[in-house]
Amino acid sequence: MKNFLISVTLIATSSAALQLFMPWWIIAVVAFLVAYFLKQNALAAFGSGFLGVFLLWMLCAFLLSAANDNLLASKVAMLLPLKGSVKALLLVTGLVGGLVSGFAAITGSLAIKLND
Amino acid sequence: MKYFKLLLSLAVTVALVYLLNTKMGVAPAFGKFLNPFTGFWQNAENTKVWKDEEANLEGLKEEVKVYFDERLVPHVFAKNDEDLYYMQGYITAKYRLWQMEIQTANAAGRISEIVGEKALETDRMQRRIGMGYGAEAAQEYISKDPASKKLIDAYCNGVNAYINTLAPKNYPIEYKLLDYKPEDWTPIKVALLLKNMANMLSVFEYDIENSNFIAKYGNEEFRKLYPDFIKDEDPIVPIGTKFEAGTPKPEAKTTSYIGHRTSDLYSTVIQKPDEITGSNNWAVSGSKTKSGKPILCNDPHLRLSLPSIWYEMHLVSPNMNVYGATLPGSPAVVIGFNDSISWGVTNGGRDVRDWYKIKFKDSSRSEYEYNGQWLRSEKRIEKYMVRGKGEVDDTVIYTKFGPVVFDENFGTTDSKKNLSMRWTAHLPSNEFKTFYQLNSGKNYDDYINALKNYTCPAQNFVFASRSGDIAIKEQGLFPIRSKAAEQGKFLSDGSTDKDEWKEFIPNEANPTCKNPARGFVSSANQHPTDSTYPYYYPGVGVYENYRNRRINQLLTDGKDIDADFMKKMQSDNFNVHASEAAPVLLALLDKSTLTKEEQRMADAIGKWDYYNNANQIAPVYFEIWWNELRKLLWDEMLDKSVPMKQPNFYVTVAFLKSDSSSMFYDNLSTNEKESRHDIVLQAFQRIKDTLDAKQFTEVSEPYGEDETTEQKELNPHDWGTYKATKVSHLAMLEPFSSTHVYNGGNLGIINATNTTNGPSWRMIVDEGAMKAFIVYPGGQSGNPGSKFYDNGVKPWSNGEYFEANFVAKGEELGAKKLFLSTFKPK
Repeated sequence: MKNFLISVTLIATSSAALQLFMPWWIIAVVAFLVAYFLKQNALAAFGSGFLGVFLLWMLCAFLLSAANDNLLASKVAMLLPLKGSVKALLLVTGLVGGLVSGFAAITGSLAIKLND
Repeated sequence: MKYFKLLLSLAVTVALVYLLNTKMGVAPAFGKFLNPFTGFWQNAENTKVWKDEEANLEGLKEEVKVYFDERLVPHVFAKNDEDLYYMQGYITAKYRLWQMEIQTANAAGRISEIVGEKALETDRMQRRIGMGYGAEAAQEYISKDPASKKLIDAYCNGVNAYINTLAPKNYPIEYKLLDYKPEDWTPIKVALLLKNMANMLSVFEYDIENSNFIAKYGNEEFRKLYPDFIKDEDPIVPIGTKFEAGTPKPEAKTTSYIGHRTSDLYSTVIQKPDEITGSNNWAVSGSKTKSGKPILCNDPHLRLSLPSIWYEMHLVSPNMNVYGATLPGSPAVVIGFNDSISWGVTNGGRDVRDWYKIKFKDSSRSEYEYNGQWLRSEKRIEKYMVRGKGEVDDTVIYTKFGPVVFDENFGTTDSKKNLSMRWTAHLPSNEFKTFYQLNSGKNYDDYINALKNYTCPAQNFVFASRSGDIAIKEQGLFPIRSKAAEQGKFLSDGSTDKDEWKEFIPNEANPTCKNPARGFVSSANQHPTDSTYPYYYPGVGVYENYRNRRINQLLTDGKDIDADFMKKMQSDNFNVHASEAAPVLLALLDKSTLTKEEQRMADAIGKWDYYNNANQIAPVYFEIWWNELRKLLWDEMLDKSVPMKQPNFYVTVAFLKSDSSSMFYDNLSTNEKESRHDIVLQAFQRIKDTLDAKQFTEVSEPYGEDETTEQKELNPHDWGTYKATKVSHLAMLEPFSSTHVYNGGNLGIINATNTTNGPSWRMIVDEGAMKAFIVYPGGQSGNPGSKFYDNGVKPWSNGEYFEANFVAKGEELGAKKLFLSTFKPK
């Protein structure tokens, strides 16, 4: 559990820091490395990878959009199409990041097992 | 097993990243687009906090201060003109970059680079009419004028200075959706934007359509349906004005018009709007105003689009203090006012494009016949870098008569039907100089001087000065045409010099009207002159016949005119066309067979006051009736393979009224032989079906005029709902558009708002009060995530205005200041 929480925090903070100057897919590298060095089973690795970026992306998106009165998000949520639901758009945003990070974390946790 | 799992997991991860990083069809690259660090969430700008800012910019000479007011209008205070235009470029790019680029890409025929093959044919059309060729000619010419070159370069430097500050996360949202990036801004793009405007406003020629009509239905019918002048003409230069004899000298030497003699039909034409959309402008002299000083008004009608076609700016340097509408991507104010004068434009609509049939020697098309000799053609290879496909090449052949637009490679398979297009926009010109000189102009002489540089598209420039002058001039470069030959009305012969443009009408002879006795000048795309004007120009279907008469009536009757009078006038919904057509149609309608509901509709039209207000029902019935009637009456002209121009509304009404029998009354798709009574009835009977078939969407924001009238309760499908005006995003993205705008108006009405077009900018300049009132259907920001994206749409729809903050110093904005940007040289 401790490793899980550390892992979530590490993935979220490192992803946030690196994305300031790296492309979005750096989150996959981060999740891979964290899962590689913090030993967890595959499921826990996925969970921490997913949660770390899912929460990070949703929180950042939420804060940006709140300052914008959701003006843009509600239009993009019509475009995608999500019937204009900003909540659904936030969820999709979190899912996209979470899934990539989650699968990268599984990969990391499986890679470390090669050493066993 | 370990390895298998690892590889599988790795494969899934890599595949996910790849898919989410790639644009698929119309869907964006979701990882790129949705991540909050570089994706679209970054475009969700803060709507509450506005902070002063400072920056150092490469290329700036001295400090420039830009105050933004409560509508995000920039007030630019520079210490020299170069810095002023540099800053205009920088600020415009900051708020309108994507729009500037997409409009130039469209002008240059480069949309397929962004969206792929589906735009290739549109791109080819742009290049085949010589948009790039014309822009290059203009740019080369402009660069010979050091003053113009310096200022245009400064503007481009400003745009590029802004682009250089951008990281991908700051790109406007459309770049993220379409997954591409901005490129450098160059003087050729400025020229392209001006050519784009020229292209939009040069479509009023019907050479091929007219030739087709004569070939099919003969000269006699043509004379009746397409007269140069109509009875109720109220031209820009008032009837009776004496023109100087002029010099209609080398009247183009002959009449060898193949349009009269050929039985060939042509299927290729440039698409034209169904009926004339146009613009209004007028100025009244102090003798008619409350203040004793002139008032000038202008509302150019264009396709309603977001981001708005105009960007509102206030530009101040030691040399000028000018305010008005700028064209994003191009320096200077296009429509506006300064501390001494004001001006505005409507489209002149004069025919500035002629089509020539070219005869090539052989299939290599390297030589074409001209006066019994073979001249070498020039070949211009147009390269298209089509996204997802690679390079596609197209060869366009240039002759003395311009580019061969339509040939066996484009539009037709007939190798004999080579049509080239001569267009004044291909001639070298410097329209920028006109606007620059107007921006710093002080009086009538400056105005006339400024116009000299202006070639295409022909515009009616209205003018007023604080010192009391009013004037209007139709400005453009026009070939001298032979009246006897009706030169320019039909397809011309490109194998001789007989139909060639030889000389141009002297600039001083362009129709001008200064301080007329009636106390006002006006234009609304009508004839510039009566038939006594010494130079011939084709008038077939080119000119509008309604708004001008209403404007002139209101201004003739008006006394003690003030800005409020003008505000009402720009929103005036009186339908002159309906007031003339409805009585004719009702008289021809056999009411004996009508159902009860149809009877009620006919009564509604009979009692109608001819105002197309949003809450009225009668205009809906009339509009459907009229449109259906035109389809039945002119069904002979609906065949797209033989394009012809439908006679205009005025001629159609006169025809129905006076011609009791005609071959055109017969409906070709039936066995019976219809009379005008038959088709009037049939069209009327279609009203109900059309209404039943139309999908009405609820008006999302039922703003606009009074909605609680009796009529509104009778039928929710009133004029405002039926017309459903829409301000569309440039990429036609529905959520980025303003839909279901509820208002009145229509084509042919001063408030010329129909479903897709309308007044793109309304301006009233009161030279006495030194005040200006402005509104336009959009907002200052091009970002759909800004609260300044479409905040003007509602007030525009309601006929409300904002007073321009025409301050002498930024500090005077006081509480109206949103924030201040200070820029210093690096």
